[in-house]
Amino acid sequence: MHELSITQSLVYAVLECTGERPVTGVNLRIGPLSGVLPDAMRFCFDIVSAGTSLAGAQLKIDEPKGQARCRSCGTEFELEDLILLCPCGSADVEVLSGRELMVMSVEVA
Amino acid sequence: MCTTCGCGDETNTRVSTLDGTQPILEHQHPHEHEHPHPHEHPHTHEHPHTHEHQPVTITLEQNLLAKNDLLAARNRGWLAGRGIRALNVMSSPGAGKTTLLVRTLTDLGGQLQAGVIEGDQETSLDADRIRAVGRPVIQINTGAGCHLDADMLQRGLDALDPQPGSTVFVENVGNLVCPALFDLGETAKVVIISVTEGDDKPQKYPHMFMAADLVIVNKSDLLPYVDFDVDDCLRQIRQINPRADFLVLSATTGDGLAAWYDWLDGSTSRSDSLTESLSDAH
Repeated sequence: MHELSITQSLVYAVLECTGERPVTGVNLRIGPLSGVLPDAMRFCFDIVSAGTSLAGAQLKIDEPKGQARCRSCGTEFELEDLILLCPCGSADVEVLSGRELMVMSVEVA
Repeated sequence: MCTTCGCGDETNTRVSTLDGTQPILEHQHPHEHEHPHPHEHPHTHEHPHTHEHQPVTITLEQNLLAKNDLLAARNRGWLAGRGIRALNVMSSPGAGKTTLLVRTLTDLGGQLQAGVIEGDQETSLDADRIRAVGRPVIQINTGAGCHLDADMLQRGLDALDPQPGSTVFVENVGNLVCPALFDLGETAKVVIISVTEGDDKPQKYPHMFMAADLVIVNKSDLLPYVDFDVDDCLRQIRQINPRADFLVLSATTGDGLAAWYDWLDGSTSRSDSLTESLSDAH
């Protein structure tokens, strides 16, 4: 349940930037390989943001696909989980995207 | 509220002194205090074209683990500047982390100048076991927290005050999930799995095994009595992490420990390349 801790980091990061201004929206990017579940973040956000200027803000989460490149055959392919296996059978794979765990922007009223 | 697993208050974190007698009550976590300088962010001025009733979008593009990663980078520099190697030892509870450390420190004696930072939710039982073999040790009690973070390691290092050129074993809280996400600034991550846990752990907890520089299968003396396929376990690890070293040993009987000591010996001289491979991998 590290999502609660990470959601708390999110709220602190936003508050450092927005101060007392009411926040209406928070835009995140969370990749499938980040180790963080978007649904758990949504659940935690309501709890953590309560009583702050983020309370009631809409949480929008962009979930990019994981992409990898095989170092053996050069193929690029989609990664759905952390089993890094190229269709050619090689496990020597470079993760190109999917580990994102970012707050991209916030909207203030 | 806990900034780690969410079930407690991080201000409960306690770092012991070297003699183990006086736990220092921790200061307020830097996240918790009122922000003393809530300056207007320079990017957030009213855009001249924006009507007052329209929302303003502020770009942040910030990693949510940025604060921990920054502290970890500071630890990494602090350690490198003193030529100290820190090994972050992680496993499920009861996989044999402390037993392996006690055995290692006993067997290697004066050959390995080392201290230990112990992380547990409560008690100083593990620190007491390390202290009993005559090595400096700091106990960090995380209270409800489920892992060590870079800030806790920094405070542990301050209390331990390790000698330049020495080794620091950091025994993380027993947990195969949360510690994987939190970089401490360590030189290498050592993950221990014991044969009684079953050989499917690498698939079930891929983040932990993906982060590992060395995977140790412990309690090999029990292999005849449990359903654990060492080859299949290694195959699973290779699917997630092709570069991790892999050892099978028994910290109780001593089987296979020579290879672990060789790894420790080797990783001393290649600590630079280890650090490089870590940064390359992430």
